Amino acid sequence: MKIRPYGDTLNDGATQVSFTLPIELSAKAIQAAKELAKKMGLINPSVVHSEKIGKNFSFFIIYGALNANVDIDKIKVTEIKKTSKSQKEIEEMIKTNFERELIFVGASTGTDAHTVGIDAIMNMKGFDGHYGLERYQGIKAYNLGSQVNNEDFIKIARDKKADVLLVSQTVTQKDVHLKNLVELVELLESENLRDKVILIAGGARINHELAKELGYDAGFGPGNYAEDVALFAIEELIKRKEG
Amino acid sequence: MNKLNLDNKLITSCRKYAKSIAKDVQDYINKHSTVSVERTVLRLLGIEGVDKFDVPLVNRLVDDVKENGDLSLGVSIYIASALKANNKNLTEYLDYYLSNNVSLTDNKLVNKNEVDKILRLYYKKSLTKIKKNRDLRTKLINKYGERKTELYVIVATGNIDEDVLQAQEAARAGADIVAVIRSTGQSLLDYVPYGKTTEGFGGTYATQENFKIMRLALDEVGNELNRYIKLVNYASGLCMPEIAAMGALERLDVLLNDSMYGIIFRDINMKRTFIDQYFSRMLNAYSGIIINTGEDNYLTTSDAVLEAHTVTASQFINEGFALEAKLKPELMGLGHAFEINPNIENSFLLEIAQAQLSRELFPKAPLKYMPPTKHINGNIFRAYQQNAMFNIVTNLTEQKIHLLGMMTEAIHTPFISDRYLAIKNAEMIQKSMKSLTDEITYKKDGFIQKRANEVLENAHMLLKQIDKDGMFKTLANGVFAETKRAEDAGKGLDGVFKKSNDYINVVSDRLEAYFNEN
Ligand code: B12
Repeated sequence: MKIRPYGDTLNDGATQVSFTLPIELSAKAIQAAKELAKKMGLINPSVVHSEKIGKNFSFFIIYGALNANVDIDKIKVTEIKKTSKSQKEIEEMIKTNFERELIFVGASTGTDAHTVGIDAIMNMKGFDGHYGLERYQGIKAYNLGSQVNNEDFIKIARDKKADVLLVSQTVTQKDVHLKNLVELVELLESENLRDKVILIAGGARINHELAKELGYDAGFGPGNYAEDVALFAIEELIKRKEG
Repeated sequence: MNKLNLDNKLITSCRKYAKSIAKDVQDYINKHSTVSVERTVLRLLGIEGVDKFDVPLVNRLVDDVKENGDLSLGVSIYIASALKANNKNLTEYLDYYLSNNVSLTDNKLVNKNEVDKILRLYYKKSLTKIKKNRDLRTKLINKYGERKTELYVIVATGNIDEDVLQAQEAARAGADIVAVIRSTGQSLLDYVPYGKTTEGFGGTYATQENFKIMRLALDEVGNELNRYIKLVNYASGLCMPEIAAMGALERLDVLLNDSMYGIIFRDINMKRTFIDQYFSRMLNAYSGIIINTGEDNYLTTSDAVLEAHTVTASQFINEGFALEAKLKPELMGLGHAFEINPNIENSFLLEIAQAQLSRELFPKAPLKYMPPTKHINGNIFRAYQQNAMFNIVTNLTEQKIHLLGMMTEAIHTPFISDRYLAIKNAEMIQKSMKSLTDEITYKKDGFIQKRANEVLENAHMLLKQIDKDGMFKTLANGVFAETKRAEDAGKGLDGVFKKSNDYINVVSDRLEAYFNEN
């Protein structure tokens, strides 16, 4: 099925965009904004609002109809199904499949000082009414906090004999998170540890697709909780044990 | 201003506890110094620049004494001795120091009472410059006037040239205060980077040159607009007093200078932070720089309703520490925030109670009120509404420093249009609701009064407990922001040392004398 954005009629393509141009507001600037909208594929774009927002800057809000469409049946995404399993069920899974505690080591790494995300997944208290991994029977969770550099992270992971590594990244400006995430993979590989752990990344701008691309086993963005991460890791560990 | 019907006895008692808490830590502070305090002394003697390996000279000199001498005497005596023994002035000595393989500790130490005489000429120059900056600021503010509630925005491009452009446009759009956010990770550097910088992450490096560049740009645009545009940066971190000194020299107007932020949010050792914040705040007091404290941040890691009293308690403690450093209430920009989950019923009323409480507890303080951040998500339209609600509370409760919320808070550091739209949002509310607060009283024993009194009572209980436990144990227990920090853990402890009985710090001696006279 081919689809377009919906305003008030099926396939009308109604779309809104807003942006700033680095020039003074003028008739020419408005026309420039309109031309840009056309190049984006908007038919009959209308500049519904324009405003001078600085000596050399102007701001535009534009509505138009999008010409393009997509075939929704042809779209493929790799996503991790949100789990319907409860903490209890996951704990049961661990009990039936493993004779020992599974070790999770997590941190907000590099120069990143944001801990709320990794805490949401790991700490007892959890997030939004979902308890964190520390509360799971059969899981030993070590949350190393923030600003943990990759070398230290690996060292501790090795000391603790981690089964699963959880990495949180929040600051994404200038792609610092990508550099840092890739560096961790490289370090793990050089220490022959990469295959021995389940490596999972998370954060506001992280998704599964991106994480896979960077060499991680999975990636989790907003809206995911401890049970989602735990289930993925445990299914993966079972697969590896059997495989 | 008394809309909440607060119990004055309780407030007095809170202050008493806070004073005792701060005093207890101050006794520890007075016996210690840190490498950054010593580097600050050198900076105020006029030493700047880096060696050929890009190591700041002040770091080299202090590390030299640490390795080869006895830093517990303070760096002052070593510099004074070097100047005397070599019969050189400071510039000559530094040239000689850099081009020869010598140590600052090579020289026979001068008599203790000679130190000040030898160094006076150098630090006086800096202190005079700072005094001039202070006078100029006062003059310009008197000339142009100041808004009752000042609009504060941030720039954070990572590139100081781009920051300048954005800061000037923000001022033209109506901003009164511009903060340059620091690059991720700078607070953990045990040195201040040198020179102009054009690459940073999530912010721009705080360097003296960058301060200078931005000051010039804001003066320029202020002149164009007939307004004084205030400049803000961040001191918290391993170089707190150094940044305070640089800020004083370059006429910054506001500095984030919390007594605990570095401990809680950057895992900097608590002893290091307490000692550093003291000297840093003394410099702020001398230079007339408003400090901003970071209580607002607590509510990003803990619940804004349940833990509201930790903000209030911390404000009292920050006030206690500030008084120890001789800061006047007019310079205490205590922090708080609009961080309650907006989906909670009557959250708006809870916010009013909290904001009005801060206002009434600290009537003279230029309070810093932070916008919603934690409960902002990628829905920018929702965020714009949340920010409007926040702006209303700001005006109703007469806050002074109004940090504007960005509709893209959950996405990126502000785009130029985000900032512009935020300023217009705030201005519309400021104008349309100008006298609303004069018309409003809160119902006796109503929801708002009750809530404010409840928070105050809880803060009072907490302060009592902290006074009993002491600050170190309190931080170890994770009372603030639910973040636990151990007394001897965290970064920077190796830079803390006990002062010998013969310790000299010519700058703090001079400042103390100044505070006693004034
Ligand atoms: C709280 C906060 C802070 C607090 C952090 C306190 C703390 N101890 O964590 C403080 C005030 C200290 C702070 C500081 C800074 N911050 Co901040 N901060 C935020 C804020 C408001 C909320 C982030 C948050 O806690 N979200 C809630 C959590 C639960 O969400 P989450 O992290 O996405 O986590 C969920 C999922 O992503 C996932 N998840 C997360 N991690 C992991 C890991 C694994 C393994 C898994 C499986 C899942 C997972 O699970 C969680 C639950 O669903 C955001 C703005 C916003 N509204 O998003 C800015 C924001 C993230 N901060 C930002 C910046 C720039 C900074 C600073 C760098 C500013 C500066 N220059 O000083 C500093 C950090 C310095 C440093 N060294 O990192 C920017 C980042 C911009 C960008 N895209 O790069 C933001 C977006 C604000 C902005 N618009 O400028 N910040």
